[in-house]
Amino acid sequence: MDTLALKKTANEIRKGIVTAVHSAKSGHPGGSLSAADILTYLYFEEMNVDPKDPKKADRDRFVLSKGHIAPALYATLAEKGYFPKEDLKTLRHVGSYLQGHPDMKHIPGVDMSSGSLGQGISAAVGMALSAKLDNADYRTYTLLGDGEIQEGQVWEAAMFAGARKLDNLVVIVDNNGLQIDGDIADVCSPYPIAEKFKAFNFNVMEIDAHDFDQIADAFKKARATKGMPTAIIAKSIKGKGVSFMENQASWHGSAPNDEQYAQAMADLDKIGESLK
Amino acid sequence: MADVKKIATRESYGNALKEYAEEYPNLVVLDADLAAATKTAIFKKAYPDRHIDCGIAECDMMGIAAGLATTGKIPFVSSFAMFAAGRAFEQVRNSIAYPHLNVKIGATHAGISVGEDGATHQCCEDLALMRTIPGMIVMNPSDDVEAKAAVKAALDHDGPVYIRFGRLAVPVINDRPDYKFEMGKGVVLREGKDVTIIATGLEVGESLEAAEKLAADGIFAKVINIHTIKPLDEDLVVAAAKETGKVVTVEEHSVIGGLGSAVCDCLSAKAPTKVMKIGVNDTFGESGPAVELIKKYGLDADSIYAKVKAFVAE
Repeated sequence: MDTLALKKTANEIRKGIVTAVHSAKSGHPGGSLSAADILTYLYFEEMNVDPKDPKKADRDRFVLSKGHIAPALYATLAEKGYFPKEDLKTLRHVGSYLQGHPDMKHIPGVDMSSGSLGQGISAAVGMALSAKLDNADYRTYTLLGDGEIQEGQVWEAAMFAGARKLDNLVVIVDNNGLQIDGDIADVCSPYPIAEKFKAFNFNVMEIDAHDFDQIADAFKKARATKGMPTAIIAKSIKGKGVSFMENQASWHGSAPNDEQYAQAMADLDKIGESLK
Repeated sequence: MADVKKIATRESYGNALKEYAEEYPNLVVLDADLAAATKTAIFKKAYPDRHIDCGIAECDMMGIAAGLATTGKIPFVSSFAMFAAGRAFEQVRNSIAYPHLNVKIGATHAGISVGEDGATHQCCEDLALMRTIPGMIVMNPSDDVEAKAAVKAALDHDGPVYIRFGRLAVPVINDRPDYKFEMGKGVVLREGKDVTIIATGLEVGESLEAAEKLAADGIFAKVINIHTIKPLDEDLVVAAAKETGKVVTVEEHSVIGGLGSAVCDCLSAKAPTKVMKIGVNDTFGESGPAVELIKKYGLDADSIYAKVKAFVAE
């Protein structure tokens, strides 16, 4: 997929995100929108996955450690063809399979249930370790929030991954700089992030999370890196693509009303127009 | 019982892992820097490539086990009960049980029989914690034979299982040709008409000894071994309560939330019966030799005998 096609796909995924969260009347649009480009690249370019065979044994694995951005994962999976896009409107509704946080038992394409912060990375480490034990080729990717890395378990997992030289593991930190209570630097600063992962024996890259050339370059370099896991610190904009949500911590965990939804979709339509 | 063969169930656990390794090629063992104590070192020696030491990081270890299970491995995760069920409770709940992953938790050093290490390491809350998690199987074998059988049953079950093992060497009481282990089924070890003693783990042996003493006084206690706390063998518990009236539960665990609570939950709904719960009475333990602590906390055969005798006379 070329860069323009990736951008168009990401924009469709962003529409899916705001549509799902609007319909649910709750959820986490800010961090979903910031991660949309990374997820687009993973599912449409990087990972060996097949929506027709979601459980195929040799597939690459993805764990959404920042599970609250389930709308972004679901919109991506729907765009990829794992399930109908109409179903995004059932997010968080009673009886829907689209749970508020990823549920591997009921959602095609979800490799791990997640949502309690700090836990997904450990599961991803387990998957990467399993591939090593079996001499299997599949790779494992996990996406963390920059607030999430305040959880100590993240560093337990990082220590293990570095010590075990899990070069089939890529940890991506969605560095949008904001968490529920405000700026991550003010709440309890996790900075410097890159140096921390370096100290845990990771190959570390810092990129612009919305630049597909940089994203592609980072994942290619990760693939070529042997003997150590990779951490990609992806500097992003929370709420990216929706004008009034950008860089606003208040949009971490609230849904747009009807008027705001219309505005958000208009913003995204405008971006879509510019990509023609 | 001085001449009876004794072995700690943690040792049985390590032996069983090694014994079943060939038959279950997907079995892998995880430990958090306690392989020598949890006895997974026995497995490690024979199968070093299938033993993963996660370092002192129990929460991460549970998540790694969950990830391994998604790829078809059968991880046995080991630590002390305090850390497996206590520290990593939420990881067990959310990363293992919620997705119903095929992870087995082998928790050793449960209860006050940990001994000298004292209260920080004496977990008397694990059965309560694990029982509350939907879909979790909770087992507490009473001796060497049963511990090995529980490991095998866990391997054959698809889903999360918690098995509690002890540090203290306990008498082998199930070494008989007709022994059969069925997950979720209690075992009547002694018939009696005056009272039913329902025991679990190392208290099964103590309860059998207590029943012997009671018989000498003309009190005949039915003794049931409950190796599976969840799902509880409700039919057996209800039938025994109807048969003997009064019921006594005995466990090396808090009287809150463990076997006693499980039995009361069942009987209050299906066959209201007077129940006396013998266990650790909502208190922390302390340092000391295990056998002395078991006496001090009223969990030895003599204490059980005296309490049951008084309860029957009420």
